[in-house]
Amino acid sequence: MTGTAAVEIRGLEQRFETRRGSVHALTGIDLRIEAGSFVSLIGPSGCGKSTLLRCIADLVTPTGGEVLVGGVSARRAREEHHYGIAFQAAGLLDWRTVQRNVELPLELHGVGKRDRAARAAHLLEMVGLADFARMRPAELSGGMQQRVAIARALAEEPPLLLMDEPFGALDEMTRERMQAELLAIRERTGTTVVFVTHSIAEAVFCSTQVVVMSARPGRIVRVVDVDLPTRDEDAREHPSFFAGITAVREALRGRPVRGVPAGLGGDDR
Amino acid sequence: MNGLLAHRRAALVLPPLLAGVAALAIWQAVVVLGRIATFVLPSPTAIATAFGTVAPDVVTAATATGTTALVGLVAGSLAGVAAAVLAARLRVFDEVLSPLSAAANAMPIIALAPVFNAMFGSTSPVPRRLVVAVAVFFPLFVNTARGLRQVSPVHTELMRSLDATGWAFTRHVRLPGAVPHLFTGLRLASSLSVIAAVVAEYFGGRQDGLGSRITSAASNSAYPRAWSYVLGAVALGLVFYLVALLLERLLSPHTRRSL
Repeated sequence: MTGTAAVEIRGLEQRFETRRGSVHALTGIDLRIEAGSFVSLIGPSGCGKSTLLRCIADLVTPTGGEVLVGGVSARRAREEHHYGIAFQAAGLLDWRTVQRNVELPLELHGVGKRDRAARAAHLLEMVGLADFARMRPAELSGGMQQRVAIARALAEEPPLLLMDEPFGALDEMTRERMQAELLAIRERTGTTVVFVTHSIAEAVFCSTQVVVMSARPGRIVRVVDVDLPTRDEDAREHPSFFAGITAVREALRGRPVRGVPAGLGGDDR
Repeated sequence: MNGLLAHRRAALVLPPLLAGVAALAIWQAVVVLGRIATFVLPSPTAIATAFGTVAPDVVTAATATGTTALVGLVAGSLAGVAAAVLAARLRVFDEVLSPLSAAANAMPIIALAPVFNAMFGSTSPVPRRLVVAVAVFFPLFVNTARGLRQVSPVHTELMRSLDATGWAFTRHVRLPGAVPHLFTGLRLASSLSVIAAVVAEYFGGRQDGLGSRITSAASNSAYPRAWSYVLGAVALGLVFYLVALLLERLLSPHTRRSL
């Protein structure tokens, strides 16, 4: 499968019609995400990073341009269960046990009961929740719920994992632990990850590339390559980690809309 | 631990129990000391004596009324839930049914009893069951429909990402999410069904239920006896409510809140 990018976006445009007029959410997005990479989308709120993720997931249909996922259209990729997705809210079904939440994608796609249970057991083992299979989501902490959501997203061993600020609602300590666990899981599964975040440290620690975006209209400012020697806790102290943070921060701060000073971006309504 | 639990339970049960006993004592004192005529208000002891003699018949009448209420409750609930599911799936249905149900809910359903009696014949059990079914339909429809509409956006996106069909969405997300609301409706409907069944009997028809016993006792000036049947109606209403509550506890375990 060399040559086929995990995600390929060309000339993507996204406009939303609202009652107060048209909002230009994304413009001129060109992005190639290689298989096996971990790509973070970062930027100020309103930069369209979540919308971009939803275009890849075919939860939003772009008004222009092209999105290919695994070499096929985003729509076909969704219909063929090419990706798993986790949101900021874990979005578990309260009335199902933890195990049955993980089984949901398999159940919807006609996998037999025994295979479902075996797969769910394996995934729960992987996210460290094997002992919680019979509990209800409400009995778990926020971090544990998010781990269940990740296990659910991985249920069908998708080649692509999409994550929309999955750790955004967690405290800093839990967050760092979850980042390490996510990297460990990725190590084992080899899944390509597209990860929306507003934390620079999180983006740099996890990613092979950080896509820096800016708002109004949302577009890509720069793609920062991150090269950390390791991805363990020591990496957070490594000079290359700080270099990555500086690079992302500069990209976020610098280079406003061409010709228009920062903060004076036209509000064209 | 166990002792503490028992203690807490006693603290929960004791105050209303004491208040009830006190109310009865005051009632007895007012009637006896104030020499209130029986037709105005019989004393609790007089009602208890009357109840003792008619107890078997109270049970028979309560069984008849209970059957009416139960048949109507089941039929009306099924119809209410089915209509709510249809309204959630088909927008046209929702647009027709929701305003209609709001209007109908404001209408006193009991007023239909004489009309139904005329339509189906007053010896038939159908008219009163129909009154109950119609009365019960609305709380179930309105509550279930509200529950079905409350779908969190993250679940909508999740199910779309999984390429779930409309019915899979209804079955896995909408319906289970609406279950707590459905049971709220059922709890309201359970007591309503008994009220509707008793009152429907006031408008004639077969003379075998609590409602007809109450009216006939009252018209014979047998007030303590009338009160005995009222007591039967109260007990019947409580039984229905408690059964609904029990069902909710058993079938909707993820909504373990308060009573």
